[in-house]
Order: sequence, then C-alpha cells, then structure tokens
Amino acid sequence: MSTFTPPRFYNSRKRTNFMAMAACYGATLFGLTWLVLILMTLVVNGLPGISLALFTEMTPPPNAQGGGLANAIVGSLMLTVMGVGIGAPIGLLAGTYMAEYGRHSQLTSVIRFINDILLSAPSIIIGLFVYGAVVVPMGKFSGYAGALALAVIVIPVVVRTTEDMLLLVPNPLREAASALGLPRSLVIRRVAYRAARAGLMTGLLLAIARVSGETAPLLFTVLNNQFWNVDMATSVANLPVTINNFINNPDPNWKQLAWAGALLITFTVLSLNIIARVVGSARNEK
Amino acid sequence: MSSQHSVKVVSPEQSAKARMAILRRLKFSDVIFENLAKAAAYTVLLLLGGIIISLIIGAWPAIEAYGLNFLTTTRWAPSLKPQPILGALGPIYGTLVSSLIAMIIAVPVGLGIAIFLTELCPHWLRRPISIAVELLAGIPSIIYGMWGFFVLGPYLAVHVEPQLIAFFADVPVLNAVFSGPASNLSLFNASLVLAIMILPFITSIARDVFTTVPPVLKEAAYGAGCTTWEVVWNIVIPYTRVGVIGGVMLALGRALGETMAVTFVIGNAFKIQSSIFAPSTTISAAIASEFAESGGLHQSALILLGLLLFVLTFIVLAAARLMLKQLETKQGK
Repeated sequence: MSTFTPPRFYNSRKRTNFMAMAACYGATLFGLTWLVLILMTLVVNGLPGISLALFTEMTPPPNAQGGGLANAIVGSLMLTVMGVGIGAPIGLLAGTYMAEYGRHSQLTSVIRFINDILLSAPSIIIGLFVYGAVVVPMGKFSGYAGALALAVIVIPVVVRTTEDMLLLVPNPLREAASALGLPRSLVIRRVAYRAARAGLMTGLLLAIARVSGETAPLLFTVLNNQFWNVDMATSVANLPVTINNFINNPDPNWKQLAWAGALLITFTVLSLNIIARVVGSARNEK
Repeated sequence: MSSQHSVKVVSPEQSAKARMAILRRLKFSDVIFENLAKAAAYTVLLLLGGIIISLIIGAWPAIEAYGLNFLTTTRWAPSLKPQPILGALGPIYGTLVSSLIAMIIAVPVGLGIAIFLTELCPHWLRRPISIAVELLAGIPSIIYGMWGFFVLGPYLAVHVEPQLIAFFADVPVLNAVFSGPASNLSLFNASLVLAIMILPFITSIARDVFTTVPPVLKEAAYGAGCTTWEVVWNIVIPYTRVGVIGGVMLALGRALGETMAVTFVIGNAFKIQSSIFAPSTTISAAIASEFAESGGLHQSALILLGLLLFVLTFIVLAAARLMLKQLETKQGK
C-alpha cells in the first residue's frame, strides 16, 4: 500500500490562489489608504484654521488677516435647504407614483430608466442646464438658480430611494388599510409612508450629503459673493465656490480659510453619510 | 360615552349628508394627491427633455459656425479675431484617455476589494470596511481636487513619474507614453484621482452582485476541491459577469463627467500629447474653468462640449443600466 501523494499541480494551484488572495488584501489596503490619507491631509491643513471666528466673521478681502466663512456657511445652508426643499417633495411624489400608482405601468419603467441616468449625470451639465434655463432668462446669477441646480440633483436621489423603500412595504398593510375603507392617498400617506419612514429619511439625508459638497453646478449659477447677503435673488456666498476661489489664490490667509472650509464640508458630508446608514440599518434590524 | 355624542341629536338625513361631505372631500384630496404624484413623475421626464433642449439651444451658434469640424479640430483659440477657432478634439481626447487609465487602475482594485469583502473578510469587519470604502464616494469632488493638487501631484512628480520615465526609457512605444518631464499637473494625475473616486462605485456594485451567487454553486465548487481563487474565477465572476460589466460602465459614466477634481490636477492644456505626464484637459474641466469668463461663440462652444459629454455619458450609463437590468431579470426579480 502506498500513501497518497498529491499531484505536482496542486502546488501551482495553491500558489496562484495565494497570490490572488494577497492581491485582494492589497487592493483593500490600497483603497483604505486613500481615505486615511485624504482625511489626514484635511485635518492637518484644516484644523489650525478652525476657530470661532470661522463661524462668526465674514470672508476677508485679499491680503488681509483673520476673517471667517460665516457668509459662505450661511449661504451654503440656504442653498441646500432651498434645493432640498424644492427637490425632495417632487422626488417623493414621483417615487410614490412609481411605487404605488403605476407600479407595473410602462411609464414607470421609462421614468426609472431616465431617473437612473439623471442620478449619474455629470453635475456640471446640470449647471449648464440651469444657466441656460434660469440665469440667461433672468439676466443675472442668483441664489434661486443655484438652489434649482441643487434641486435637479436632489430629485433623482430621492426618487430612487422613495421607490425602493415603498416597494419594500408589504402589501397586506395596504390591503388592510383599504379594507377599512381608507382612500388610496391616505393608505399611502398614513400607512405606506409610515412603514417606510426610516428608508425615506435615509434617502433625504443622502440627498443632503450629495448636494452639500457640490461645486460644479454652482460655479455659473450662483457665482459667489464676498459679502453678507441673504437675498436669494442675487449672488450668494457659498462654501464650495469660496473654497475653490480661495485655494487657487497665493494669499496664505485665504488658503488657510479654504482648508478649514474643506475640513468643515467633508466632515459634515461624511457624518451625514454615516447617520444615513445608521438610520437605514436600524430599520433592517427590526 | 363622551358628552359630545349625547348632546347633539342628528337626524338620519343630516348624518348621511355629513358622511357624503366627508367622502367627497376625501375623494377630492385623493384625486389631487394622485395627480400631484403623476405630475412629479412627469417632471423627471421633463427634466431630461429640458436638459437636452437647453443644451441644444445654447450650443446652436457653435454647431452652425463649426459643424462637424468641431470634432476634428485640435486648436482652441477663443480670443482669436475676427472669429475664434474652436475644436473639441483636445478635451475629447483628454476625457476618454483619463477615464480609460482610471478604469485600468480602478477595475482590478475595485473587484479585488469586492472579492475580499465577500470571500475573505471576517464577518465582523465586513460592514466597517464596506462603509469606509463607500465613504470615498461621499467625499466632495473639490476635496479630491485640492488633495490631488497639493499632496498627490507634488509627490507623484518627485517619487513616481521620474522612476516610470526612466524605467520605460528603452521600451519602444511605451517610452513615448511615459516620457518626461514629470509635472504636478498631468493627465496621469487626473487619472489616478479619478480612479480613487470611482473605486467605491465599482466595489459596491461588484459586492452586491457577488452576493447574488447562489451559495449552492460555490459550495459545490469548494466541495470539488477548488481553491478560493478558482471559485471566484470560475463560478462567481462568470455568474455575475453582466452585473460586473454594468457596474464598471456606471463607474465609467462617473469618470467621464467628473469635474472639479479633474479641473484642479489636469493642467487645462488644449493639446494632444503622447505622454501621459503632460498636461491635458477634459470636457468638464474646460467648461468649469472657462465658462464664467466666456461669451458669444466661445460660450456656445463650451455648451456644445457639454452636449457632447451628455450624449457620451448617456450612452454609457444607458448601456450600464440595461446590463444591470438583465442580471436582475435573470434572478427573477
């Protein structure tokens, strides 16, 4: 009786496997390294600029000392709130139509297809669209134009999550409500929305996160403003464009403010992303 | 019983009337809600139509002035008198090549991470690592630009590019692609930044489609003595091929249209150069850096560039969606 000796090619298969798996570990390390590097750069460069003045003082003129980003922060908040305020209801209603009224209609599959394309469409194209559709007819750059551009970005994000989340709501819930005599719209608003609440919240947070860092569509819709201005009919200061202008300038004070602003934006956006995931997973575990 | 019920005595006719009124009101709000929802759904379609029409109107003067020559001209001289000479070949080349290089880097890495997450990673680490990779997608584009400009670019110009140039110096063809001088602003830097940015899109879609492989198939292969790599290569990837390609196309769509990050690091040069270490430009970078100061035919030409970009991404994204849909049908979703 001879003992079993493994054929020679076992070794080469093992070697291939080892190398491929090592490459996968390497790829993961590679991907995570960038995240760490970028966040580190932001903290190292941005942290020295974080102070109370950042939130209370206006953007300084070139070659001055001090100053803050108060007008840009407030402007960004206004643009985001207005953009989400316009985009989210439209997205919610459209998603509702797709999941509740027209679940199996041809229109829904066309809209879903178009919406998925809008979801990944380059944001600069949306800036061009709003420039042609709003800025040119109005004859000037304005906060409204910027908010509309952001709304166009918000709509597909909210449509997508609304439809997905409403489709997850079990049908017996709707049937029970209908059997009690509730009209369709109330079944949707009182039963389906409530059941999908956590998911709808996630979509909203992701939409806010998506637009708060957007720069390209604001470049030629709101432009920017050095001064305190809450009149949305004219150019409004905003963080992304302020960062873009300040970072490309040799003035060290501006550069410091730009890094601080970048740190602020990134951590806001990343926190929103994480909160959205926590809200979303809380639902899944129930 | 509460007092409000006992005090008021209503006749049957009155209560029937009140009920009718309530039902009418409900019916009314029902119709309003349904129509609002329908109108919102049509808004999505109108948006796409609006984008295309607005771009065509804006681009019309440039289409009339340059016609098809726009696609074959390299020269970009917006301030030339009496009429500027504007050609899209430079930005189109930059867009395609930077996205291509980004895909060459990001696809293997993204798939590698997805394989790690689905096959190798201990269960408790899966969620943190997936979230960390997906956070890369959350970082705003302008931050990638700043980081690429101040950190990555200078590092590459000193520690990576000269070495690559020296390494390929004697290899025909490749020595033209990797030729000096190394610079902070180049097509290669833009591609690397793009690769990092699209990595999370590839990873998250690949991970999602990898988990759709029926465990029975994998278990059978493992049972037959396959190594992890053989299971991935012979079972998982063939089974999910369409979905993976869909995810890759989706990432390509992102890379083609990425704006701020590329604007910072590509150098904004309207030229076609063989070396990937030379500055270049992309469609979106050209629009971002010139649009605000442009007017007349120059502006129209930039909008025409935008239209070309939209058509290009539309085709890529549509193909991606169709492929992902095909995979869904296969699963019977």
